[in-house]
Amino acid sequence: MAYTFSPETQAKFDRLVTRYPQKKAALIPTLWLAQEEIGWLPPEALAHCAAVLDLPPSKAYSVASFYTMFNLKPVGKYKIEVCRTLSCAMCGAFELIAHLEHKLGIRLGETTPDGKFTLMTQECLASCGTGPMLQINGKRYHENLTPGKLDELLASLT
Amino acid sequence: MSTTKILSAYWHVQDSHTIDVALQQGAYVVAHDVLKGARSPEDVTNEVKKSGLRGRGGAGFPTGMKWGFLPKDNPKPRYLVINADESEPGCFKDRYIIEESPHMLIEGCILASYAINAHDCYIYVRGEFWHQQRILQQAVNDAYAKGYLGDRCFGTDFKLNITVHSGAGAYICGEETALLTSLEGERGYPRLKPPFPATHGLFQCPTVVNNVETIANVPWIVRHGADEYSKIGKYVVGEDGKPKVDSRGTRLFCGSGAVNKPGVHEVPLGMKLIDYIDEYHGGVKGELKGAIPGGSSCPILTADEVRSVEMTYESMVAHGTMFGAGGLIVIDQETSLVWVLHNLLRFYAHESCGQCTPCREGTDWLYKIFSRVLVGKGSEADLQEILDIADNMEGKTICALAAAATMPTRSYIKKFKDEFVSYFVKGGRPVDLRGRYIQSPAMARL
Ligand SMILES: Cc1cc2nc3c(=O)[nH]c(=O)nc-3n(C[C@H](O)[C@H](O)[C@H](O)COP(=O)(O)O)c2cc1C
Ligand code: SF4
Ligand code: FES
Repeated sequence: MAYTFSPETQAKFDRLVTRYPQKKAALIPTLWLAQEEIGWLPPEALAHCAAVLDLPPSKAYSVASFYTMFNLKPVGKYKIEVCRTLSCAMCGAFELIAHLEHKLGIRLGETTPDGKFTLMTQECLASCGTGPMLQINGKRYHENLTPGKLDELLASLT
Repeated sequence: MSTTKILSAYWHVQDSHTIDVALQQGAYVVAHDVLKGARSPEDVTNEVKKSGLRGRGGAGFPTGMKWGFLPKDNPKPRYLVINADESEPGCFKDRYIIEESPHMLIEGCILASYAINAHDCYIYVRGEFWHQQRILQQAVNDAYAKGYLGDRCFGTDFKLNITVHSGAGAYICGEETALLTSLEGERGYPRLKPPFPATHGLFQCPTVVNNVETIANVPWIVRHGADEYSKIGKYVVGEDGKPKVDSRGTRLFCGSGAVNKPGVHEVPLGMKLIDYIDEYHGGVKGELKGAIPGGSSCPILTADEVRSVEMTYESMVAHGTMFGAGGLIVIDQETSLVWVLHNLLRFYAHESCGQCTPCREGTDWLYKIFSRVLVGKGSEADLQEILDIADNMEGKTICALAAAATMPTRSYIKKFKDEFVSYFVKGGRPVDLRGRYIQSPAMARL
């Protein structure tokens, strides 16, 4: 199915291209706009992002596939990413992961059958002093977590 | 010792990130005066040079000197690019500058752009900093609304546009040339140097890349002068008239790991590291084994070294390590260093951009060896193998990521040889990071 930006996204795109002397430099911000709208980057979205910047679709795919935050496959409604790097690991990140795997009934890298949660790990998110922590959908950080706080957090995600 | 706070001076004030609070705290006064003609661009550069300010992004390069490298006769546009990628494990300081005093950064961008005659400034913020990007964008919008940015900054002829640009998840984009490639809309591949960004940077134009903290220091330095700045920190002139210790100013340090109170603190350079840990982080949690002073890419210090090292560039070098980006990770006796290294090597294997075979294969190979050793299947030969692999990586790659993985690896094995030999040779049962025996093999996959 063909994909085009919604009018609001189109307006955002029109503003952002003016910020760069070369159109291509707007590629990553443009991919962000599409992912914000769809939740992931299907081939049609990659093709559209490339087309509006006069680039071949392969360019959009090549660039998107380099960066961990672009979803090239659909993810659950809530993509939970737990930091696994040293400082967080020292203060309970793995216990947090084990707790999540148990509560959600999935393993790392998997999505719950109802499509609600995807569980992943992340590398250091610059919250080493407030670990263990996780990020949801690439947006909010949830820091200083304990199993109890985690249960409250999960319950709040509807 | 001076307790002057530069970067965190008003973080304690409610809503310190807003332009109203920033203005109450004196923000933009010096940028206004300078642009109105009080100081020439050369004057600003010279003040920064004289202050001895060094880059806070990792390499510690003198900032004023970097600005001076831009060619005078190149007709192309010039760019200022701010590195807000902050992805080095253990570092979490730039985010607080953005969260608590974004206008200090913006004012620094105005002064630095004026000094190097740039009219476009990009702030490259790591993609995961969704929240911080919003705060920064709001601050930039407010500065535009006040007329501090745009075609006529402060009503003068000086034009400056600042664009907040989001990354999308890649540690390597913190490396300055990878950052530029990424900013141009490409995969974040580092470029060979030379040519340096000073001549062939963003869009092949003369470019200065500076860290957030570096630039946030600039308004204070220009306002109070290099002489005042030089009174902060440690500055000792030797008998030959040359500085013996030149570690001026304050730095933000991020303490995590085995400390009682993790967090970020701004302290003048020159303190003893152990005093800093005791005073600001409530001391070591448990018994001290060692510490990584500046982020995961810095060689480790033993407990004795942690007690003797001073927080100066010189003392760090004398102890075979560096400040990096101020990410102090304290390690206690309960923590297995084999586990620590395994954890970090996985990070580097994951983050290698893959351009250079020695780095792409080498980081992965090191990680695989440690994965095997961790579950008790190591041998003494592995230790030699690891050093051989390191030899084949260092100095043979495009960027410093390969060395960022091998230098710490070497230091751990050299300084804690007994622990490694006994684990590698005796094997024994696998332990997790807390020194506990691994209950399920699943724990080893992390
Ligand atoms: C692998 C690697 C990762 C880096 N990551 C960062 C980073 O996240 N933030 C940063 O400011 N500098 C980082 N640097 C250092 C930059 O390349 C560059 O030296 C710095 O941004 C220059 O600014 P400064 O002179 O103000 O320190 C990294 C370097 C390497 C080799
Ligand atoms: S050293 Fe590693 S990270 Fe750097 S360019 Fe080569 S492969 Fe990429
Ligand atoms: S180690 Fe988890 S945020 Fe840095």
